[in-house]
Amino acid sequence: MNEQYKLNKELAQMLKGGVIMDVTTPEQAKIAQEAGACAVMALERIPADIRAAGGVSRMSDPQMIRSIQDAVTIPVMAKCRIGHFAEAQILEAIEIDYIDESEVLSPADDVYHVDKTKFKVPFVCGAKDLGEALRRINEGASMIRTKGEPGTGDIVQAVRHMRMMNSQIRHIVSLREDELFEEAKKLMVPYELVKQVHDSGKLPVVNFAAGGVATPADAALMMQLGAEGVFVGSGIFKSGNPAKRAAAIVQATANYNDAKLIAELSCGLGEAMVGINEQEIALLMAERGK
Amino acid sequence: MRVGVLALQGAFAEHIAVLEKLGIEAFEIRQPKDISKPFDGLVLPGGESTVMKKLLRKLNLLEPLKKNIENGMPVLATCAGMILLAGDIEGGEPPCFGTLDITVKRNAYGRQLGSFVCTENFNGALIEMRFIRAPYAVRVGENIEVLAVHDDKIVAVKQKNQIAVAFHPELTNDTTVYNLFIDMI
Repeated sequence: MNEQYKLNKELAQMLKGGVIMDVTTPEQAKIAQEAGACAVMALERIPADIRAAGGVSRMSDPQMIRSIQDAVTIPVMAKCRIGHFAEAQILEAIEIDYIDESEVLSPADDVYHVDKTKFKVPFVCGAKDLGEALRRINEGASMIRTKGEPGTGDIVQAVRHMRMMNSQIRHIVSLREDELFEEAKKLMVPYELVKQVHDSGKLPVVNFAAGGVATPADAALMMQLGAEGVFVGSGIFKSGNPAKRAAAIVQATANYNDAKLIAELSCGLGEAMVGINEQEIALLMAERGK
Repeated sequence: MRVGVLALQGAFAEHIAVLEKLGIEAFEIRQPKDISKPFDGLVLPGGESTVMKKLLRKLNLLEPLKKNIENGMPVLATCAGMILLAGDIEGGEPPCFGTLDITVKRNAYGRQLGSFVCTENFNGALIEMRFIRAPYAVRVGENIEVLAVHDDKIVAVKQKNQIAVAFHPELTNDTTVYNLFIDMI
């Protein structure tokens, strides 16, 4: 394995147990850092607004990303469109800490993802199940997240993806070694990655929850289901009191098993973002890129 | 021998795995109740120091742990942990524990593209050092013993019961740094 890829996987390990927050301005980035975010995702519009506005959604203005890089000391991530390797090259050129090849933006390629092995900068990608996760890892992703429906405040899909991933991992662990070849075929992934999952009992990279997290309880739910950390998108800056809610989600993620503490944290947070149920939306972003 | 690993955020599981491999009982520190039983050593892991700093305060862990360090409990701090211990952080940000007489520069090698691996002398032994958005010390006090220097930058120090390294020994198979820590317990 090349050293840079190993270092990139290790950066994701340093983010574990933390909360990565979507921000659109340097001011929001500072609020996020102050509240205890372990990284920020710089984007022009948060997913709820992307969903509301419609139209083609692209990589953010590099100048806006730079202003956020200058505002905080924690790692800064940014999104490129699925398959848009030129956008990814631009993000690498401005020395972003992590690129999210994201279904939240309009896909640029409906067949191919970015060949992430060609980059020095790390990538995080979404996955609904183990096959998707291992295909992204084979393409060079050094971190995985669930593909919960962005901008909805509805946790159901992130839960579904996390459960699916972990139940498939348990299944692979239970297989005989000579059954792994067939399993690799079914998942449409290389045998070596399946063998790795079989031997270690987990994904070869860090796995976060993303999509629909709006409350401290949502974060605790995902952590108890096996997430190693949490992305919060629209949930914070679409709520009544972003700073307080952000800090509460950070604490709930660090102490996800302590219901008493999370009860306290959940008191008086003000209004949560207005959610949309998955049945009420026309566009399922999780279906982008498989 | 019981060693507590600060487990608020970051790579604490990796430290616990190494300690257990060395036959040491390791436990997670997430809340004050976790340190109600006596213990013999403390590990401050890598991760984001700003996150750990906030949570240490909010969860009322800062003062009791600081008292332990001041009372001589052996502590091993890696990467972000070095920033938590430092008495002075470049840029004027207030210190966290502030028990280690150094000035530390955070993200001293720049962003993730500046992360790197090298083999360097640590207290007389050549070991693999993995630097990930790492800090280094730009000033050390009189009572500081310098354990490692890379490219003229101080990347590992010791002050009595405190060891701080800018790299990640928990990500390699080499236990040299841990052995020095365990010898103090």
